[in-house]
Amino acid sequence: MRTIHELTAAFAKGETSPVAATEAYLARIGSLDARVGAYLTVTSEQALAAARASEARYRAKAPRGPLDGAPIALKDVFCTRGVRTTCGSKILEGFVPPYDATMVERLKAAGAVILGKTNMDEFAMGSSTEHSAFQLTRNPWDLSRVPGGSSGGSAAAVAGGLAAGSFGTDTGGSVRQPAAFCGIVGLKPTYGRISRYGLVAFASSLDHVAPFAFDVTDTALLLGAVAGHDPLDATSVDVAVPDYVAGLGAGVTGLTVGVPDEYFGSGLDPEIERAVRAAIDVLRELGAGVERVSLPTTEYGVATYYLVAPAEASSNLARYDGVKYGLRVPGGKDLIEMVSRTRAAGFGAEVKRRIMLGTYALSAGYYDAYYGQAQKVRTLVRRDFEAAFARVDVLAAPTTPSVAFRHGEKADPLAMYMNDVYTIPASMTGLPAISVPCGFNAAGLPIGLQLIGRTLDEATLLRVAHAYEQATPWHDRRPNVE
Amino acid sequence: MISRQDVEHVARLARLALTDAELERMREQLNGILTYIDKLRALDTAGVEPTSHAVPLVNVMREDDNRPSLPQGEALANAPDRSGEFFRVPRIIED
Repeated sequence: MRTIHELTAAFAKGETSPVAATEAYLARIGSLDARVGAYLTVTSEQALAAARASEARYRAKAPRGPLDGAPIALKDVFCTRGVRTTCGSKILEGFVPPYDATMVERLKAAGAVILGKTNMDEFAMGSSTEHSAFQLTRNPWDLSRVPGGSSGGSAAAVAGGLAAGSFGTDTGGSVRQPAAFCGIVGLKPTYGRISRYGLVAFASSLDHVAPFAFDVTDTALLLGAVAGHDPLDATSVDVAVPDYVAGLGAGVTGLTVGVPDEYFGSGLDPEIERAVRAAIDVLRELGAGVERVSLPTTEYGVATYYLVAPAEASSNLARYDGVKYGLRVPGGKDLIEMVSRTRAAGFGAEVKRRIMLGTYALSAGYYDAYYGQAQKVRTLVRRDFEAAFARVDVLAAPTTPSVAFRHGEKADPLAMYMNDVYTIPASMTGLPAISVPCGFNAAGLPIGLQLIGRTLDEATLLRVAHAYEQATPWHDRRPNVE
Repeated sequence: MISRQDVEHVARLARLALTDAELERMREQLNGILTYIDKLRALDTAGVEPTSHAVPLVNVMREDDNRPSLPQGEALANAPDRSGEFFRVPRIIED
């Protein structure tokens, strides 16, 4: 499978065409996705129409840029005009948005071909995509294992060669963790870097739009296409977007990589520790300085996150009331009974659990002890990172404590939550963070290296990731799902 | 510890009509999660300002101009029940 930049360069040379590429991807989805389960909706007709328009631009020698004609997939959490958007939930099963999310508009403007909408944990709550109300998604490296989550469908689509790139969302690690599990690149940019207008909200102070790709160059292309201020999202930052691809080749000489002690403690799979430490050695050989740093509040991250995120979710998901859109269970004697029955039937177990937890944490008498305390701990986590970034340019750590686990293996909610231990801190601080492939365990399952950067400094992050990638063979390996 | 009555109260606040079995499982699971979360109490946060957002945000203002909005037909197109130009809901006010 080609990367996006290889594919669109081939379009420009006339070696292949957007229509041929889109047809090839649709054919692969048709023959292989029954096995992988990446897609909830395949938009064949719209994709072919977009590919024909792209092809005409190439013929006229006027393509819109390096994403023109690139076949990509979107997590089913982004509103797409006229195309069903479910969030993996029964409560939105028939919802057809009347508008496109800003990031969807920007992708279309860049000429991208949208192949379809991918499976996810319901409302992005989960780390395995097993909480989808509709189907299981399988890891292309081992079909008995999860692809990670919550953006598991988008990760599996890229890893399985069912899309050339894709987008997910990362609230506590929902792009970095599936990228690590599926052996691809996943980037959570700085909070506010990409507009969230048209993204169905889960936890508003934590939700990030985030791309998946085969390599760092494609990741930089996808980020550059959608980043930037949007007046329709008041939380989007009004800061210029650099040319991320142009800066990739600058190398790591003169940069200092920090290695946080707390990310290598008990609970980390020894094979992952070996791979990540070997990756840090590669960065040192490439010319980077390496320093130990400490982020003492790391162990409080999961507890803090599982108050903040459910609290915000309980408020955001109050809008699903069976009135304006989505499911309604009729027959209640009054409005409250209709709403309560609709929500009970429409939400799955994990979503109900988080709504309950969040409602409890915000309720009278508990607010200060739970939500208030969590927000103060969030300040302490931020201070840890500020102290580290006074000394180093980027942090290097594992993305996950384990490799992809088997379906059904983490039935206990808390065991599932602990999988986010290394991704949550960058989510709570809004710092940009990327997962890049850094090897395989003895069973052939991928391992991810996580790099965390300074606020709005995706450029340095991508530059370090690119230097590492170019010095190692991991990004060239593909699973065989045929 | 969160009691069965607490769980029922929170379910009412959250507008979730849970079954007896769901309420019981929820009590057990919430207790497990809250016991873990209690580790936060060990941290001294006296004098620490809360962080509500990852990046500092102040009020974002714009001109109060007229702009096109969603046409009525599109706004109503996803409604489970409607009456003319309205969303229809079950009775709210007692006779």
